[in-house]
Amino acid sequence: MNWKNAFSTSIGKKLQMSLTGLFLILFLIVHCYINAQIFYNDGGVRFTEAAHFMGTNFVIRTIELGLFAFLILHVVQGLLLWAKNRARRGTRYAVSAGNQTSRWYSRSMALLGTLVLLFLILHLSKFWGPNRLSQTTGHGELDLFTMMRDEFQVTWIVIVYILGCIALGWHLLHGFYSAFQTLGLGTSKYKGLLKGIGVAFSIIVPIIFALMPISFYMGWIS
Amino acid sequence: MEHYTMNLTLKVWKQKNKNEKGRFETYPVKGISSEMSFLEMFDVLNEQLVAEGKEPIAFDHDCREGICGACSMYINGRAHGPWHNTTTCQLHMRQYKDGDTIVVEPWRANSFPVIKDLVVDRSSFDRIIQAGGYISVNTGNAVDANSLPIEKQKADESFAAAACIGCGACVAACPNASAMLFVSAKVSHLALLPQGDPERKTRAVNMVEQMDKEGFGSCTNIGACEAECPKGISLENIARLNREYIGSVFSGSSDKA
Repeated sequence: MNWKNAFSTSIGKKLQMSLTGLFLILFLIVHCYINAQIFYNDGGVRFTEAAHFMGTNFVIRTIELGLFAFLILHVVQGLLLWAKNRARRGTRYAVSAGNQTSRWYSRSMALLGTLVLLFLILHLSKFWGPNRLSQTTGHGELDLFTMMRDEFQVTWIVIVYILGCIALGWHLLHGFYSAFQTLGLGTSKYKGLLKGIGVAFSIIVPIIFALMPISFYMGWIS
Repeated sequence: MEHYTMNLTLKVWKQKNKNEKGRFETYPVKGISSEMSFLEMFDVLNEQLVAEGKEPIAFDHDCREGICGACSMYINGRAHGPWHNTTTCQLHMRQYKDGDTIVVEPWRANSFPVIKDLVVDRSSFDRIIQAGGYISVNTGNAVDANSLPIEKQKADESFAAAACIGCGACVAACPNASAMLFVSAKVSHLALLPQGDPERKTRAVNMVEQMDKEGFGSCTNIGACEAECPKGISLENIARLNREYIGSVFSGSSDKA
């Protein structure tokens, strides 16, 4: 079987979702680590240093392009699969007792993913977008720490960020383990371990992210 | 539990044939014993309909022992009804009480077109099996059953996968109408045994391609299939199918399998 066909069957598309999803999970870890530097409460010194490295290093900037490509693939393929799978049922059931046999968030990955995407668009337009624009137009890097501090004084922005983190958490709760199941690792030997790590990851990482706007809003970080 | 009788209201999907649009019909049924199976309750209803000169409801059934996979029925939103590891024929009326309303629908999936009422065409499963669910066997005398040594654990896992009766509850329950649990069981029980080795590199790919061609949805690891499977087929089989698929993709040959 050649490569093109390998990724075009239903399992092939599932592999696309799994591999891009795992890459996005890796990104989350890095992003979370870098941004957690604000919790040193040192006026943003360590955070700015790390953000400067991420924003100017050639290798990181190249990987950033790959990250966007994978993100787009994950979103587009995910939505296409959702539409196609929905159509496969044909006539819908008059009565459905889905909650007795599966989790709502497992069935709602497209909805949760869309919420995360909407949040992401807002998020990028607040920080990443203006910063890269300033860089490419020769005005240099922006002071992201000050921007964070200012943005997170606005109540509705803080609320949207918290909701975005909640959507991300539910999305990960299914997605993390699912990615490994797709790679064939959902065996009796690894299932418990991977599910455990998945649950921990899906709770801890979104909480750390949510604590960032909360901390600025509450004045815990200045 | 004590025996009791009940009167029920059944809302059953009636559909003349594949092309005609179906609809729900409401039937009152009286004097149903709690000892009856769900299908026996349908027998009572059908006899009543025949006596009234009406057309009986068409439904699939064969062994009525929970081992053939013929009976289907989506009962109050659950494939084969609410009992765990149970086919419709083994669901008993003691689950219900007097005055209950029960909605019965056929399996719903584009790949399982309704033939009549609650009977669906599951021949798409047969075509998936034909695409790869076989092994090569030498002609001549039958070999001694014990001539091939097989680890106990593998034999057990293979046997557990082979328990799949091809009823289609996995497809019916899956929000994506995916047949992955069925295909994974059929790939697994052969992949675990030495007899399945000759076709191993091509089996998963061929069966998955046929599954896609039949118009089943794709698996998103929701897990409703496992919860509804009357034979307790595990999602671990889907993980194995994924491994078999990845294995044949990376096996080095770029030919069409």
